[in-house]
Amino acid sequence: MRYLPLTGEDRAEMLRVIGAPSIDALYSDVPADLLHGPEAFQAVAPGKSELQVEREMAAYARASRAAGDGPFFVGGGLYRHHVPAAVDHLIQRSEFLTAYTPYQPEIAQGTLQTLFEFQTQVALLTGMDVANASLYDGSTAAAEAGMMAVRITRRNKVVVAGSVHPHYRAVVQNQLGFAGIEVDLAPADPLAEDDVAARVDAGTAAVIVQNPGFFGQVRDLTALARAVHAKGALLIVAVTEAVSLGAVESPGAMGADIVVGEGQSFGNALTFGGPTVGLFATRSKFLRQMPGRLCGETVDADGRRGFVLTLSTREQHIRRDKATSNICTSAGLCATAFTIHLAMLGEQGLAHLAALNHALASRAADRLAAVPGLRLVNDTFFNEFTLDLGQPAAPVVERLAARGILAGIAPAALDGVEADAAALRNLLVVAVTELVTDEDVEALASALTEELSA
Amino acid sequence: MIPETATGNRGLQLEEPLIFEQGTPGRIGVDLAPVPEAKSRLGGVVRKAPVGLPDLAEPQVVRHFVRLSQKNYSIDSGLFPLGSCTMKYNPRLNEKVARMPGFADLHPLQPVSTIQGALGMMHELGTWLTELTGMAEVTLAPAAGAHGELAGLMAIRAAHVARGDARKRVIVPDSAHGTNPASAVLCGYTVQSIPGTDDGRVDVATLKAALGPDVAAVMLTNPNTCGLFERDVKVIADAVHEVGAYFYGDGANFNAIVGRVKPAELGFDCMHINLHKTFSTPHGGGGPGSGPVVFAESLAHVAPGPRIRRQDDGSYTVEAVPGGPAVGRLKAFFGQAGMFTRALAYMKSLGRDGLYAASGDAVLAANYLMARLSEEMTPAFPGPAMHECLFDDGFLEGTGVSTLDFAKAMIDEGFHPMTMYFPLVVHGAMLIEPTETESKQALDQLVDALLSLARRAKAGEAEAFHAAPRYAPRRRLDETLAARKPVLRWTPPAEARAAAE
Repeated sequence: MRYLPLTGEDRAEMLRVIGAPSIDALYSDVPADLLHGPEAFQAVAPGKSELQVEREMAAYARASRAAGDGPFFVGGGLYRHHVPAAVDHLIQRSEFLTAYTPYQPEIAQGTLQTLFEFQTQVALLTGMDVANASLYDGSTAAAEAGMMAVRITRRNKVVVAGSVHPHYRAVVQNQLGFAGIEVDLAPADPLAEDDVAARVDAGTAAVIVQNPGFFGQVRDLTALARAVHAKGALLIVAVTEAVSLGAVESPGAMGADIVVGEGQSFGNALTFGGPTVGLFATRSKFLRQMPGRLCGETVDADGRRGFVLTLSTREQHIRRDKATSNICTSAGLCATAFTIHLAMLGEQGLAHLAALNHALASRAADRLAAVPGLRLVNDTFFNEFTLDLGQPAAPVVERLAARGILAGIAPAALDGVEADAAALRNLLVVAVTELVTDEDVEALASALTEELSA
Repeated sequence: MIPETATGNRGLQLEEPLIFEQGTPGRIGVDLAPVPEAKSRLGGVVRKAPVGLPDLAEPQVVRHFVRLSQKNYSIDSGLFPLGSCTMKYNPRLNEKVARMPGFADLHPLQPVSTIQGALGMMHELGTWLTELTGMAEVTLAPAAGAHGELAGLMAIRAAHVARGDARKRVIVPDSAHGTNPASAVLCGYTVQSIPGTDDGRVDVATLKAALGPDVAAVMLTNPNTCGLFERDVKVIADAVHEVGAYFYGDGANFNAIVGRVKPAELGFDCMHINLHKTFSTPHGGGGPGSGPVVFAESLAHVAPGPRIRRQDDGSYTVEAVPGGPAVGRLKAFFGQAGMFTRALAYMKSLGRDGLYAASGDAVLAANYLMARLSEEMTPAFPGPAMHECLFDDGFLEGTGVSTLDFAKAMIDEGFHPMTMYFPLVVHGAMLIEPTETESKQALDQLVDALLSLARRAKAGEAEAFHAAPRYAPRRRLDETLAARKPVLRWTPPAEARAAAE
């Protein structure tokens, strides 16, 4: 029991001080028939040594095909980027890794100042006034944004564009449905101009769009924002590839009222889908309706600048059933990784990284479009685009995986597009980041050439 | 106050400016390949203005965050007795396995044939959770405990709706975590709060009187937030089921009974489990969390996904969204998989015998603190306590020292304060949770410090308490100012000037 410091002697002495005959006696409030010993958990294995556990976990790890093991083009809301070694080293420092929520600000200034820097970075990237200290992930942040819009407008319908990630659509539909909010899902279609403004009526609280869209297309949202605002609704913009914000105009500059996003691309590994870092930013005037934690600047008793968690009067531990949300966890450590990586990139590095992603994706799209029998579907994109394979994509993805190439995502199989699955059947969404080499693209192009002509 | 220096620094007391105040254009902290020639596909939607990020070299960034880290208390630096938050040691083996490429460098949308190891890991974790709780089904998707509460309530609502019985009301004891009522409202319910008894437990008579055919669920935390086991849990469960409602277990305090009590046998229909609390995944300054939910047979049919199934040939399949009456998708992808890896490594390390020992030591440590601290402090309720012990501010009466003052004085003694003012049902509450990973020496040190503080408070040293903390990186911070005039981000000086004009 290497994690348990008490010795038998310690336990005996502690029981003597308590005046109890045994540890079991301390469970005297538990009805006897409900109290078990380890023998009642035969299906659960006994404890193992560090070496044994490491071997068992390594066996699981080896039984998957890691992204780095060959050509890799999977994106769809999570992106494989190079994370500088210093980022992981810093977030493994005990003082970041093993701290709790900064409820005692005087001895949590490290976490708090980092969150203040995170909030600033997110506000700058998204072009908004304020950001919170992070939510679980982009999909739940999108649902929170929908509910926030309902609180602000006192209307009860949210329109979700076809450009939005299928999982995000499913999460929004599920969570808002339980909250009694109507959700109108526009068809998922890579080429739909997303004329979602037409779906907005006097009962619509908000429209949720994604930019770049799930299928890759990049859009100027200015006209949409104007149309949505003209009908008294809010525009929520989701960004699942945060690196794009180094090249694409910010949602704030295009008229968004709330920006949600997934920050995994900065500082965080793929980690099989989580934990990741939900971004949430908005205009100052909506500040008090914003869910989640906020770090604010203040002064201490000596007048020195310091940071605290603030505006907690919106939160569940004060307002309970009147709270803006039930959230009482952030993605603190993932947000810290985000902040460190973005600090290392800086203005120059972010612009460079975004340009590099875009150029490599653009070149890859040209190369793949030359494969006979397939067609590049969208003419605008950042680092992810959609191919029409002219035949069902899912089996092709499987065959390419068997050849050691993870070619991308066949969207027809995802939750959230059930109604549109037939129209999406032949599509393949391909992501290209700075980690994709010319050789990788060539391998994908030639494998696709063979598979599609077979 | 310590005299100023030119740098603001003194010894290891570091004044660290914001990262935005340190940049110099022309520096960069990463190496990137040259951008090749390519046609722009951005459709003209190009970012026009600079983002406004500072430019720094790698050593500057490293030093900045190392210096910031040095302003944090953490469980690796010392005892962190936050009741209800459960700060126990985070084994580094968990970190090592979570970083294996087969877990960390894995995309959830890869073909199922290429993620068999990760699915197997998740399947084993789910098996541990159902075996330890005696439950029938599990969903690993929820991203945190409160998200798990929401998932469980969604399942309850889905089950009622599936049998054409839309109920409206959820009953929550007033000692519950504030997330309980908030989750119920998010799920479309109205919340009825019920008071507890003088001995810190649910008042069974009041609860029974509140029950009716429109009640969808009763939410109970057991062990509860007063650190006590709800002895009447079976009676409550029977009463809840009798009116056709479901019994929700808030499993935040599962660490007190894991390996000893099966929540299914308490009558719960579902329960969430905070992996970081019971199974040692690190909380990283506020998150991430992970809140799997286990379901009894009564709710298994509506449990949301993902459900990982093992086939006869040993391969794994996944039902991400089960369909039918089941609850839909809770979060993109599979949930907090990186936390699953860490929790499973911890479970394998302890095993059934180790988990039994761990919950026992956690309860022993809490009762030891309660016994020794009672010499000067006032326990809110008689014991035995479970994994945490609760004091009220009775012992501070007439001293001019508040719970807040007392907590801040602990900082000067080198400890992270306990949970203050929660649960709300006790005046000036101080909720102390030592966990199983503290040595007797560490516990004794905490006790000695608290007893000495209590004596000093009673001896009339109120001024010293009001001035605390004196030795932390910051003195007491003005939270009222922060809330009244919110400054939530850095603003460039030029903009700040323009805004002021």
